[in-house]
Amino acid sequence: MSDKPAVAFYWCASCGGCEEAVVDLAEDILKVVEAVDIVLWPVAMDFKKSDIEARPDKSIAAAFINGAVRTSEQEEWARLLRKKSRVVVSFGACANSGGIPALANQFGKEQILKYVYEDCPGVDNPGKTRPKVKSVDEGRVLTLPELHGMVRSLDQVIDVEYYLPGCPPTPKLIMAAVQALLAGKLPPKGTVLSPDIALCEECRRKDSKPSDLSLTGFKRPHQVQIDPEKCLLAQGLVCMGPATRGGCEALCPGGNMPCTGCFGPTSRVKDQGAKFVSSVFSNIAPKDEKGIDAVLDGIPDPIGTFYRYGLSKSLLRRKLN
Amino acid sequence: MTGNTEKHDGLPRVGFYICHCGTNIAGTIDVADVRKYAEGLPGVAIARDYKYMCSDPGQEMIAADIKKHKLERLVVAACSPNLHEETFRKAAARGGLNPFYFQMVNIREHASWVHTDKLAATRKVKDLSRAAIARVRFHHALDKQRVPVDPNVLVVGGGIAGIHAALTLANAGKQVTLVEKEATIGGHMALFDKTFPTLDCAACILTPKMSAVKSHPNIKLWTYSEVEKVEGYVGNYKVQVKRKPRYVDEDLCVGCMECIDACVFKEPKFRDKFNQGLGKRKPVYIDFPQATPKVVLVDPETCIQLKTGKCKKSCAEVCDRKAFNFEQKEKIEEIKVGAIVLATGFKTYDAGRDPNYGYGRYPGVYTALEVERLVNASGPTSGEVVLRDGKHPKAVGIVHCVGSRDDKSNKWCSRVCCMYSLKLAHLIKEHTGAEVYNFYIDMRAPGKAYEEFYDKLLSEGVHFVRGRVSDVTDWAMTPEEEGRLVIRVEDTLAGFVRRIPVDMVVLSTGLEPQADAQEVRRRFNIGCGTEGFFQERHPKLAPVNTFTEGVFIAGGCQAPRDIPDTVAQAGAAAAEALALIDAGFVELEPNTSHIAAEECSGCKTCVPLCPYSAISMEKAGENAKAVINEVLCKGCGVCAAACPSGSIKQNLFSDDEIFSEIEGVLTK
Repeated sequence: MSDKPAVAFYWCASCGGCEEAVVDLAEDILKVVEAVDIVLWPVAMDFKKSDIEARPDKSIAAAFINGAVRTSEQEEWARLLRKKSRVVVSFGACANSGGIPALANQFGKEQILKYVYEDCPGVDNPGKTRPKVKSVDEGRVLTLPELHGMVRSLDQVIDVEYYLPGCPPTPKLIMAAVQALLAGKLPPKGTVLSPDIALCEECRRKDSKPSDLSLTGFKRPHQVQIDPEKCLLAQGLVCMGPATRGGCEALCPGGNMPCTGCFGPTSRVKDQGAKFVSSVFSNIAPKDEKGIDAVLDGIPDPIGTFYRYGLSKSLLRRKLN
Repeated sequence: MTGNTEKHDGLPRVGFYICHCGTNIAGTIDVADVRKYAEGLPGVAIARDYKYMCSDPGQEMIAADIKKHKLERLVVAACSPNLHEETFRKAAARGGLNPFYFQMVNIREHASWVHTDKLAATRKVKDLSRAAIARVRFHHALDKQRVPVDPNVLVVGGGIAGIHAALTLANAGKQVTLVEKEATIGGHMALFDKTFPTLDCAACILTPKMSAVKSHPNIKLWTYSEVEKVEGYVGNYKVQVKRKPRYVDEDLCVGCMECIDACVFKEPKFRDKFNQGLGKRKPVYIDFPQATPKVVLVDPETCIQLKTGKCKKSCAEVCDRKAFNFEQKEKIEEIKVGAIVLATGFKTYDAGRDPNYGYGRYPGVYTALEVERLVNASGPTSGEVVLRDGKHPKAVGIVHCVGSRDDKSNKWCSRVCCMYSLKLAHLIKEHTGAEVYNFYIDMRAPGKAYEEFYDKLLSEGVHFVRGRVSDVTDWAMTPEEEGRLVIRVEDTLAGFVRRIPVDMVVLSTGLEPQADAQEVRRRFNIGCGTEGFFQERHPKLAPVNTFTEGVFIAGGCQAPRDIPDTVAQAGAAAAEALALIDAGFVELEPNTSHIAAEECSGCKTCVPLCPYSAISMEKAGENAKAVINEVLCKGCGVCAAACPSGSIKQNLFSDDEIFSEIEGVLTK
């Protein structure tokens, strides 16, 4: 066994974008590979669960786990890696706060299964067959992971040392985190490895934000020609920047798209969506109920907009069956 | 501050006290059970119940316990914090504890007074107490800030309340600005001929006070003016006053009224608002001969010069003081004051809203205010009670409670109508010798010498019919009723329905909040009751204070009241303002918000939301951060709630405090 520190990468309910981000380190990844011994990385290398199980406890220096926890298999892996690792880094929005998969918490499990396997247009399933945890076919027993009733963030399942925010985290933040880990310069447990200040701080459009937005309507990016210089909120676009932790260097506003909030809130905010709602909606121009409703009609999917990455950790939690 | 470090369960040591408030609380809540329950809660070092926590022994018990049991936090479950929060903060301070290590639980207004199910109410008190105990752990030691008080006072409204308050303050040596919406001060009282129950002449007692206001060296009188905007806080208000153009220079006009004679309109032909529309006036006019200030004004709606610019301006020509200025513009003036007395008065009920009584349909139907002008020697008829058709009434019916004590309009008793109806009955009888009928529901005469006044009227041969009038009609059923107004009423003493023909009907309209009461109360940041009158801080113990420090209320804007009560209240409001000013400084509540510069992203969300304009951006450009002026901040919490990055924190309302309180309520 190598004397380099062992590092594991794992993915739970995620899209693979976080894996991409690791690859996006480009030539820097060689430095990482040089410095550490990668003992698990399902997307790139072939390892078996038994390999990890065979390792002594706490023998992995750091496990980077991305994705939300949605199935029994993901939970098993998370617990296994926790047991074998000295440090667990919750990697990316899904692991940190549920991410896109957590939007499923708006619906009950039965509701989801019924839609996906029966009601969804395009489904041809006259027998109403659904996946089963255990099924027997010609004497052979087949098993599948069980779908949990709720999508959880990683820290709702296991203890987590650090968080790398983003959908996905930027290579710069990943590299800084890896270097801090290798150098042993570790911040206090629970730290989110990104500046604890809202995105506006680093947005080049900041100066063009008027102090009173007086919003008369909300627009979606495809409905307008976006002015590349002007504050996006001032253009009526839902930019989550003011309620979102900075550190990405305002990539989306820089690319002429509003921030969707993937870095989550600052450490001082318990519920990102609620905070955004109470701040920006206080700046709606009409003051009567009808006028306010008309402005809000510009946001067809409030939960998908304000809680796009954070439903697991929000005060809303989930829909009970 | 405690300075002790010994902890209980590793948590700050909490003292919990529950008050019986006699039977006010203990009659519904099992206080001993709550006390026992609290003893077992984490961090609670001692729990006690006591008959009256606010009493001296109650407070002493707290102060002694803090020392003896090394308490670091204090929770008192008693009445509303509005009443005794300050009491217990002081008790904490006497015990050596920072007064803000304290949380009050309102279990009287929020539990015992509003619930009948004793078990459930006791459970609720446990929940609320648990929440307070959970929250108080997160409290911080805070200090109150002292700021000086501006000694000048603003009085809004120039009726008898405003006049009396202004004079009292000015006599005490304070500089007073009296702002009145109309062109003259005097208010409703200036409309009256006599006042009940003494029947002394209203003008004789009012006009000396009006001229005293005008000539007082300490009073700046701004009539025809309205308060536009109020900023600041107790002791330091900045007020913008809109001064409407009179088109006549107030300093030059001496009120000779020659311009009125010289007006190109030879006859007065426009509705005279002061005389309730019973008389006419010209475009240049003065409300009444004793108007104060005695300055004419020009109505831009009717003046030819102001409407078209094409008048020979005979009014201006005749004025040897050269007081006319048709170019006058509305202007905004700003003043700084330490205290504000609101005496914005009331309006009378619109009698047209009761179609059954025929006001506006039958010329013989009058409102009480109109009759006040009719019987007034300086009124449009020089005191002669002559009807709109020129006749003199032989029989007059006075209908009480129009727009009062009525589910369809206003539920409240307007307090003054019984008495003024008696007064009008007396005056009409005196002026005309007519038969006068009073139709009343109950005769309410609870003031000094009021019952005696009623007795006097009974002996004067005025008729009293107990019953609410159903309608007034001109539909005659007998020849005697032909051409007259018939009052239909159930006489509840005689027990039958009567039809009483009269020539004149007087509707004793009730008192209502001013039409703009809601706007005004928002402007001054005070509250209103459900009926729309301004809300006093406490109905018994702080009747002229409001929930906004430094803003006091007096007279009909607070509730319907008669002249003696109004004057007494105006004096009280002036005294409260004096007490505030003469203290020299005010202590500001430390529940203010603050921003950590290193946490602020400079998004500016909070800036437009602050109702007190306390937030500004420090420096312009890239590194601009929001800063809160803590002296201006009143702790409303809007900015803290709205700050999208959670960088604004409010003392006593941090997330930790609020969420632990919520959890405390919800977790068993």
